Amino acid sequence: MADSPQASVALDGSLPPQVTTKSQQKRADTIAGLTFVGPAMLVLFVFLILPLLVALFFSFTDWSGTRPLDSPDAYDYVGFDNYERWVIDGRRVDDFYRAIRNTVYYVIGVVPIQTMVALVLAVIVNQKWLRGKTFFRTAFYFPSITSSIVVSFIFLFLFSGGGPINTIIEAINPRYEPVSWTTNNDGIFHLALETIGIDEDNAGGWTDAEVLGLDLWDWVAGPSVALSTIMALAVWTTTGTLMIIYLSALQGIPSSVYEAAEVDGATGWAQFRFITLPLLRPTTFFVVTLGLIGTFQVFDQIYVLQNDQTARTTTSVAYLVYSTAFEGTSPNLAEASAIAIVLFLIIFVATILQRRFVGGDQDET
Amino acid sequence: MTTTTVTPQPKTSTNTVRVTLSALAIGFLILFALIQTMPFVLTVANSFKCDAAVENRPMAFVPNFSTISCRNAEGVFVSADAQVDGLFFSPSVDGYNRILDDQLPRWAFNTAFLSVAVTLLRVVFDSMAGYALARLKFPGNRIFFFVILGTMMIPGVVLLIPRFLLLKQLGLLSTYQGYIITLAADAFGILLMKQFFESIPKEIEEASMVDGANRFVIFFRIVLPMATPALTALTIFSFQGNWNNFMDALIILGGKTDLYNLPLGLTVLRGSGQDIQYDLVLAGSVITTIPMALIFLFFQRYFVEGISYSGLKG
Repeated sequence: MADSPQASVALDGSLPPQVTTKSQQKRADTIAGLTFVGPAMLVLFVFLILPLLVALFFSFTDWSGTRPLDSPDAYDYVGFDNYERWVIDGRRVDDFYRAIRNTVYYVIGVVPIQTMVALVLAVIVNQKWLRGKTFFRTAFYFPSITSSIVVSFIFLFLFSGGGPINTIIEAINPRYEPVSWTTNNDGIFHLALETIGIDEDNAGGWTDAEVLGLDLWDWVAGPSVALSTIMALAVWTTTGTLMIIYLSALQGIPSSVYEAAEVDGATGWAQFRFITLPLLRPTTFFVVTLGLIGTFQVFDQIYVLQNDQTARTTTSVAYLVYSTAFEGTSPNLAEASAIAIVLFLIIFVATILQRRFVGGDQDET
Repeated sequence: MTTTTVTPQPKTSTNTVRVTLSALAIGFLILFALIQTMPFVLTVANSFKCDAAVENRPMAFVPNFSTISCRNAEGVFVSADAQVDGLFFSPSVDGYNRILDDQLPRWAFNTAFLSVAVTLLRVVFDSMAGYALARLKFPGNRIFFFVILGTMMIPGVVLLIPRFLLLKQLGLLSTYQGYIITLAADAFGILLMKQFFESIPKEIEEASMVDGANRFVIFFRIVLPMATPALTALTIFSFQGNWNNFMDALIILGGKTDLYNLPLGLTVLRGSGQDIQYDLVLAGSVITTIPMALIFLFFQRYFVEGISYSGLKG
C-alpha cells in the first residue's frame, strides 16, 4: 500500500476527513444495523412477543370473546380464577388433567422411541461397508417432507376398519377379528392387565382414589389404542429427520478416534458405548429437546384423528386450548389462554429439567 | 497391521459374528425403509380407486391398463371386486376429477401464492436481520439476538388465540395479507443467515468499504450473492413450512373456504361425520404431496444440509 503512489496520494488527500469517517462509520453502522434488523424485529414483536403478553393478560380476565373489546365493560380482571378452575380445584380440573395424562403418555412414548430408533438407524447407515446410503436416507426422511395433515389422513386410512393394517394382520392370522383402531378408548396398560385377569373391580381399593380430578385407575390406563396409533404416526414422521441430525453428528467424529480405540483393542460395542455415545451427547440433548417441544404441542394429528368417541383419551393440552377457545357451546378465550400459558410453562420446565439430566453441559453458541 | 499376530481361529468366529450382525442390520434397514415408503405406495394406489375398493381391498397396488369409472352406465357404484383382482386394480380418476372440479385448484393456488409470498419476505427480512446481527456493531445488537433466540421458545399453541384477536382487531382476519404478514420473518431463518454471514471472510466487505461503498450497497451487491447456499436452504425450509402449514392457516384463514390452503382444504374433503370419503382425501393428499416430493428429490442436498445445520446449532 505505502509504496503505491496512488494510495499515498489518496491517503494524503483524505486524512482529515478520515478522522470523522471513524465516527461517521459508527453512526452509519448504527443506522444500517437498525434498518436491517427493523423489519424482522417488528414482525417478531407484533406477531410473537406481543401475542405472548396478550395471552398472559387475557388469562387473568373473564373475557369469553363474545363481548366487543372496545366496550367499557368488555371484561373484568379476575386474578387466578381461570387457572384455579382448570388446574387447581374447579369444575374443569378433570378435563385439564385428562389432557395432561394423554399428552404425558404421548411424550413419554414417542420421544424415547424416536430418539433410539433414529440413533440405531444413523449408526447403521454410517457404516463404511453399507451400500445404497442415499437410498436409505431418502426413504427414511420421506415422510417428513409432507404435511402433518396428509400424514394423519394416511394413518387414518392405514388403520381404518378394512384398511391395510387389519388386512395384513388378517393375512398372517386368519382367526384375527379386525379391530377399529382409531375409535378404541381402551388403555394399553388396562388391556395388558386384563390378559392376566386384573380389572378395575379386582385390582383393589386404590383404583377409586381420586387424584387431580381423575381416578387412579384412569391415570394408569396407559395411552388408549387410538392414541397409540397417533403415537406411531409421530414416530413414523419424525424419526427420519432425527436420524439425519444424528448422521451428520456421526460424520463429524474423526475416524482417527476409532482407529486409536481399535489399536487399544476396543470392540464394536465398547466403541459405541464409550466413544460414540459420549461424543453424541450434545446431539442427543438437541434431539430430545426438539422431541419434547414438538410432542408437548401435538395438535394437527389430534385434529384429524380425533373423533367424538375418542375425545376423552386423545385430547392433548394443545388441542384443549383450541377447543376451549373456538369449539363447543360456550367458547372461552380467557380460559383457553390460561391453559396455553400453563402449557408454555410445562414445556419450559421440561426443557430445563432435561438439560439437567441429559446434560446440556456442552456450551452451544 | 497389528491383526497379523492374531491366530486364524478367533478371526473366523469374529467374522461370522460380524457377518450375522451386518445381515441383521441390513435387514432392519430394509424393514424400516419399507415401513417408511409402503404407506405412500398404498396411498397413491388407493387414490386411484373408488370408495368401495379403498375400504375393502386396500392392498391391491399394481395398476392394470383398463381404467374404470366408479359408476356404471346405470349410475350404480361399482363394487370392490369389479375394480380389484388380487394385487391388481383398474385405476379410476373419478376421485381426482371430483376434487379438481371442486375447490381444490383454488386451494392449490392459495397454497402456492401464500408460500411464495411468505418465502420472499423471509428471504429479504431474515437475511437483512441476520447480516446486521453478524456484522454490524450497533446498540442493542446482543439484545436483539437474545430476543430472537428467545422467541424460538414460544410454543405455537400459545400464539393461537392472541394472533386471532390481533388480526381481528387489525381487520386482517381471513385475508391473504393477514397470513403473509404474520409469518413474514422467523427466528430460525435469521439465525441460519447470521451463522452463514459469520462464516464468510470479512476482508471482502472491508475491501469494498475502502472503495467507499456503503453498507446497503455492500449487502445487496456483494454479500447477498455470495449467500446462495444459505438462501437456498432458507427458501426451501420456508416454502416447505408454509406449503404444509395447518395451524396458522386454520386460525387466520379458517373463516373463509375460498382462502383455504391445501392442508386446511383436506380436512374439508374428509366430509362430515364418521364416514370418511377416502377416495377424495387420498387424491387430495397425493396432490398436496407431489410438489414437495419433487422439490425434495431435486434439492435433497439442501434439505440434509439445512437439517444438519439445525443439528449443529444445538
